[in-house]
Amino acid sequence: MLNYIAPSTVEEAVRILAGASGVAKVLSGGTDLLVQLRSGRTKPDLIVDIKKIPGISGIRERDGAFVIGAATPGAVIGECEALRQAWPGVVEAANLIGSTQVQGRASLAGNLCNASPAADSVPALIAARATCVIAGANGRREVPVESIATGPGRTSLRADEFIIEFHLPKRPPHSADAYLRFIPRTEMDIAVVGAGVSVTLDSGGACTDARVVLGAVAPTAILVPEAAAALIGRTLDETALAALHQAARRACKPIDDKRGTIEFRTKVAGVMTRRAAVIAYERAGER
Amino acid sequence: MSKHHVSTTINGEPTEFLCEPQLTLLDVLRDELHLTGSKEGCSSGDCGACSVMVDGRLVCSCLMLAVEAEGHAIETIEGLARGHDLHPLQRKFLEHAALQCGFCTPGLLVAAKALLDRNPNPTETETRYWLAGNLCRCTGYDKVIRAVLDAAAELRGE
Repeated sequence: MLNYIAPSTVEEAVRILAGASGVAKVLSGGTDLLVQLRSGRTKPDLIVDIKKIPGISGIRERDGAFVIGAATPGAVIGECEALRQAWPGVVEAANLIGSTQVQGRASLAGNLCNASPAADSVPALIAARATCVIAGANGRREVPVESIATGPGRTSLRADEFIIEFHLPKRPPHSADAYLRFIPRTEMDIAVVGAGVSVTLDSGGACTDARVVLGAVAPTAILVPEAAAALIGRTLDETALAALHQAARRACKPIDDKRGTIEFRTKVAGVMTRRAAVIAYERAGER
Repeated sequence: MSKHHVSTTINGEPTEFLCEPQLTLLDVLRDELHLTGSKEGCSSGDCGACSVMVDGRLVCSCLMLAVEAEGHAIETIEGLARGHDLHPLQRKFLEHAALQCGFCTPGLLVAAKALLDRNPNPTETETRYWLAGNLCRCTGYDKVIRAVLDAAAELRGE
């Protein structure tokens, strides 16, 4: 028998999750959870809808840094001009998830905690050094986004915990990010490969900081420090791009499935990383 | 199984219903409230036939629990025409023969209305991307796109 409850505070939600007997599922936008309920892939005893908690949806800017509420729909993220200016890659990744209808509900916390290796927003968030604030019975903790997913459908969150918000840091000058995914059509598909790149340049156009993250080529999104190292200290010359391409390929540990073979995914990961880096560089040079 | 009491507004009318927690908004619209214009195509958020507006946002009513409607304003295809006066989008769909079997039509109309409310002068490309979550197996989409762009022009007074 399924029960539903919509607590109005974080503390109440934590208390309910900590005291739940059986399986409890946190409901945010529901665009993954409802599909899984329907198919029988998940059979929870309790659904805890967090959307009645004040502040759980919405975007706040503080001194150039951003706080994005866990349940903020993709459409709201796409409409935030200041966020789009600061973090164009994060916004484009979040907006690639599903249709206009799905964008009306789907959230960053849901995309992250559904823990699909192909989640579009996750490589961009990790490239951005995003953190998430987790509430639980032992209080709150702030952790990097890359520490959440531990494998397909699995997270490091305890049963009493849920994400309440994401933090994106203030950007230094000449910084930008980009996210690209490969799908065999133009819309409404799941990434065969995703690549998120974030860079900071000096005034001469040389890279002083970089993060490169791949999606859909391993059990979770993967941070690739070797790919970032190929960029740091260089302008985006052909040598740097070739080294980046090779480092991205070497980091891939993909599976063969209906969306792509190991060989194809590995090849496309190199290409997507390279193209995303070019876009991030161009954007960074303009600001 | 305990039922939840839900107070909502549907097409401007305060509406209350009782529902079990696992029911979707689409289940309740169709089976409890007998608003059968919204269609169940896929039940997984892929086809858009169940599109409705929730607080001015386009959503799939199959991807929302009915209990989540508590306190929110829902608009369905039944609210589009004013009595016997069809909305310009509905008239243009007829004029352009932008439907054949009609199953996807309510969702396409609700989604197209959402687009024109935000952007009265969309390009063809913007329209196609906006409607990418509404699947039609009959028309090939071209007539749908023409109807939406023609309705937009009429609504702009052109």
